[in-house]
Amino acid sequence: MRRIRCREEVCIGCRLCEVWCQVEHSKSKEIINAFLRETAFPRVRVEERGPISISLQCRHCEEPNCVHACISGALYRDLETCVVKHDASKCVGCWSCVLACPYDAIIRDDAHNRVLKCDLCEGREEPICVEKCPNDALIVEAYDAL
Amino acid sequence: MHCKYLIIGNSVGGVAASEAIREIDKVGKIVMVSEEPHRVYSRALIPYFIAGRIDLEKMYYRDANFYEKNDILPFLGKKVIKIDFKDRKAEMEDGCKIGYKKLLLATGAAPFIPQMKGLDKERPKDGFFTFSSLDDAMKIKKKIESGIAERAAVLGGGLTGLMAAEALAENGIEVTVVELAGSLLPGVLDETASHLVEEHLEEKSLKISTGRRIVEVVGEESVETAVLDDGTILPCDLLIIGAGVRPRVELARDTGVRVNRGIVVDRRMRTSVNDVYACGDCAEDYDFLQGDFRLLPIWPTAYAGGRVAGFNMCGVEREYRWGTNMNSMHFFGLRIIVAGSITENGDDEVFKKICGDGNYRRIALKDDRVVGMILMNEIEGAGVLLNLMRAGINVKSFKEELLSNDFGLISLPEKLRQEIMT
Repeated sequence: MRRIRCREEVCIGCRLCEVWCQVEHSKSKEIINAFLRETAFPRVRVEERGPISISLQCRHCEEPNCVHACISGALYRDLETCVVKHDASKCVGCWSCVLACPYDAIIRDDAHNRVLKCDLCEGREEPICVEKCPNDALIVEAYDAL
Repeated sequence: MHCKYLIIGNSVGGVAASEAIREIDKVGKIVMVSEEPHRVYSRALIPYFIAGRIDLEKMYYRDANFYEKNDILPFLGKKVIKIDFKDRKAEMEDGCKIGYKKLLLATGAAPFIPQMKGLDKERPKDGFFTFSSLDDAMKIKKKIESGIAERAAVLGGGLTGLMAAEALAENGIEVTVVELAGSLLPGVLDETASHLVEEHLEEKSLKISTGRRIVEVVGEESVETAVLDDGTILPCDLLIIGAGVRPRVELARDTGVRVNRGIVVDRRMRTSVNDVYACGDCAEDYDFLQGDFRLLPIWPTAYAGGRVAGFNMCGVEREYRWGTNMNSMHFFGLRIIVAGSITENGDDEVFKKICGDGNYRRIALKDDRVVGMILMNEIEGAGVLLNLMRAGINVKSFKEELLSNDFGLISLPEKLRQEIMT
């Protein structure tokens, strides 16, 4: 099982993870279009307090509270890949998962009344945020089942 | 007929249990019986369906092949009328009997319908509906689409009632909400938040009548007017009941299964009878804040409880530890998240803050631990707060942070944050 971890001691709060996540999850996958002509959003969030910053994304929990709380069935855990997935077409924007997630990893997309979350960049060898992190603060870590 | 696992109920609790069973036991025969003829749908989505935000297909909680994929034999539209717990057999209305090794009662709750003059609960007038079944939802939808529903009265100013009211209003229907208590969302919000909601709803042209009951329904074949206890007459084409639910415990009552207000279970979701489990709205769930069991008729507890039941039914020990009062709701764009204790308690230390645009935050602490929260509009960080509640974390060193609108993991002391993240 895999998930992304942020080493906060080396995170510099540059927010490039947000930028590249937005590009990767845009239709064009092209930076200018993603920011100017599309309504794409990042699925990772950088929180900052003074000198400290941390990049937060889905932990792909083995017992995901967000999946338990989801009233529409949009959130589910893929038992083969162990990735917690979100079918945006089923999401109604009830925000139950915002309440359920202990990791601040659910992003609200008010414009479309739905949430967004990290999908570990399906189809990519390495998630884009990890690849583009200039200080190697973001790493992919493997973790064992409970 | 015989099966290994018999699940009575086909909503979120039963589905969660069957999914957990299939993670462990790929072959044991699972039978699910449900009174409703529909494949599993989400009751919580009824307001979205009525408002026209989603179509019927999106009401379904799982894909059409759910039963086939999980090798479940569903009996939909069939009612279990009696269970012989000694011989381990459930008897259906048509006389058919199903033997089982493990049984799960996931029978849910039924809407509470208060007595009123002119109401025959068995044969309600046309236009009289609850807001908790797909059948009723489809009938309401049909009424709306036919254009004959211009005015509606909604009984209940709680979560269901208000979501119903909003959904109807979004269809251009003139809605009056009638609530028995003195304020909206009683027991769910504190006075301040309740007032903010009331103002917001009135701005959206909902009519609110608190401290009132509906005492009579007038109309020959169809609902024509509702009469309130102060004599007010509300002309209405629709009368919707959203006044809370009562656990459906009739199969367990007067048997060996202990029933309190709901079916009594332990933290492994076992009832007082061997190999009989219960979960969801019909059972009393463990509340980690109170350290006790009580009715918690909400979605996440039904799922988590069902999952725990499912694991235990196939011999994998799991305990339920997730539940307490919690809700996420929204009315005309106003987002509200609540969890834990809301009522003012002398022991609690309460922090609150109102700032414009409907932003309101209220955090209750007891012995420096978070025991309750209300967040309005700015709801980010709600999950972090709930986790602090669940883990019973001492928040003394960062109390002031709790009220900040951008409260998040970053607000926690580094050591605590790292503990949570690993």
